[in-house]
Amino acid sequence: MQLSRSARIALRVAAGFGFAVIYVPLLLVLVNSLNPDRSASWPPPGLTLHWWSVAWENSGAREALWVSVKAGLGATAIALVLGTLIAFAVARYRFFGREALSFVVVLPIALPGIVTGIALNSAFSTVLEPLGVGLGLFTVVVGHATFCIVVVFNNVVARLRRTSGSYEEAAMDLGANTFRAFVDVTFPLVRSALLAGGLLAFALSFDEIVVTTFTAGPGVETLPIWIFNNMTRPQQAPVVNVVAAVLVLLSVLPIYGAQRLSADTATGSRV
Amino acid sequence: MVLLTRTAGALHRRPRLRLSLLLAAPLLWLAVLYLGSLTVLFVSAFWTTNSFTSEVVKVWSTANFRELFTTPVFRQVILRSVGVALAVTVLCAVIAFPVAFYTARVARPRWRPLLVVAILTPLWASYLVKVYAWRLILSEGGLADWMLKPFGSSGPGFGLTAAVLTLTYLWLPYMILPIHTALEQLPGNLLDASADLGARAGRTFRSVVLPMVLPSVAAGSIFTFSLSLGDYITVQIVGGKTQLIGNLVYSNIELNLPMAAALGTVPVVVIVLYLLAMRRTGALSSL
Repeated sequence: MQLSRSARIALRVAAGFGFAVIYVPLLLVLVNSLNPDRSASWPPPGLTLHWWSVAWENSGAREALWVSVKAGLGATAIALVLGTLIAFAVARYRFFGREALSFVVVLPIALPGIVTGIALNSAFSTVLEPLGVGLGLFTVVVGHATFCIVVVFNNVVARLRRTSGSYEEAAMDLGANTFRAFVDVTFPLVRSALLAGGLLAFALSFDEIVVTTFTAGPGVETLPIWIFNNMTRPQQAPVVNVVAAVLVLLSVLPIYGAQRLSADTATGSRV
Repeated sequence: MVLLTRTAGALHRRPRLRLSLLLAAPLLWLAVLYLGSLTVLFVSAFWTTNSFTSEVVKVWSTANFRELFTTPVFRQVILRSVGVALAVTVLCAVIAFPVAFYTARVARPRWRPLLVVAILTPLWASYLVKVYAWRLILSEGGLADWMLKPFGSSGPGFGLTAAVLTLTYLWLPYMILPIHTALEQLPGNLLDASADLGARAGRTFRSVVLPMVLPSVAAGSIFTFSLSLGDYITVQIVGGKTQLIGNLVYSNIELNLPMAAALGTVPVVVIVLYLLAMRRTGALSSL
């Protein structure tokens, strides 16, 4: 399509505006972490690294970060196992309810978080509490794993659909048994899809707040919960600013990693 | 070792057994734990609460749903939530289209992959941090006030407008990406053909580009609509006193779980209806 010169310029300006909308808020978070003042008024009266060292000493934020990492690793591990199992079943077998299964996998992320949250919350309190298990890190991991399964599943199933089962058959014709064929042929084929899926699952868990609110017991504070609880306290504002800035800086890492792993998995499958 | 070989052989001969071993754990997790909890929740929407003790009375009744449709506050909040979700969707589409058109068709091909990464990166930034950024922007004396001061006005402050703006910001990449992909895959010879037949840019856009990109707009709208409809955190942070369905669910959990469950079915039903409507546009296959 031959666009006129003015149309091209208009599009450029509009796109520039769009990218500004996307990035100005993130840059603001970065600048605001250097704000010596407790208020968020603009422009900041000066720039200082003082709050970064204060934040570094903040035990609440540190503990919350640690809880988030533990929850993320636990949920990712479970999601990797379950997501891969479902992906193999769906990609390599035909069975009754196959379509329904692919649908149920997506459900936890498609439904509003608050619905999943209260459903799990009341299930945990009716089933686990009589057994003497209260809400805690364990229930957070279970909750997170439930909606992380889909990203692992999506990545692995996409990979399996593109690599036919004939490689495994060839391996078996050459004398490898089921396990041997998996270890030597299938696993190397899906390895990078597993990595990408795991990365996405961890990021998803690390960022989650709604399901966490309803599955965390008292005293279990993930980083998002910590930020949420401290956001409205003026006393804590500078530390929250620094934590927010760190999270913005960290968000560049996974995109870089996922992009390197495989171009196809990085784009469509955040959801 | 012998045992391993035997197991392998047994598994190889019995594909059904292999399948059930594959599916046992995931089905236990998803079907029993997840679907089970969901079912109990939706069944409990038909229970009631003793208003003195706040204890759940497990007697079947549609009282909650009757209350849902007859109480003016509930009706108002439901309509407002759907309105917010639609407004966010329209805003996202309006902003996303030129950006996607630029990244897919106008920018130099060499730069396009980099621009896609630039759209993707904010998706990885924490949800909460992005909402927090808008809290900073919209707070008193913040960036919005500062920018609008020369024009003699001030930012919208915390409220419904702030919630719509923040939600638009949060879900914008989900709208840009599908539109970008559709525009990128648009065959160039169709556009040439249209031009050869005498159509100017505007006509080509209306008659060729738009019809082919619309399913992707619909696909993006599934995200913007359903993510906005279920949200309550953003509204709590930047919405001032505004209430959406999510906030009503949240405020009912402690004292009246059955009512919370009934309220929770509303976004689910609306989202399913929206999905069915969008399926007619072919949006689901372009997800």
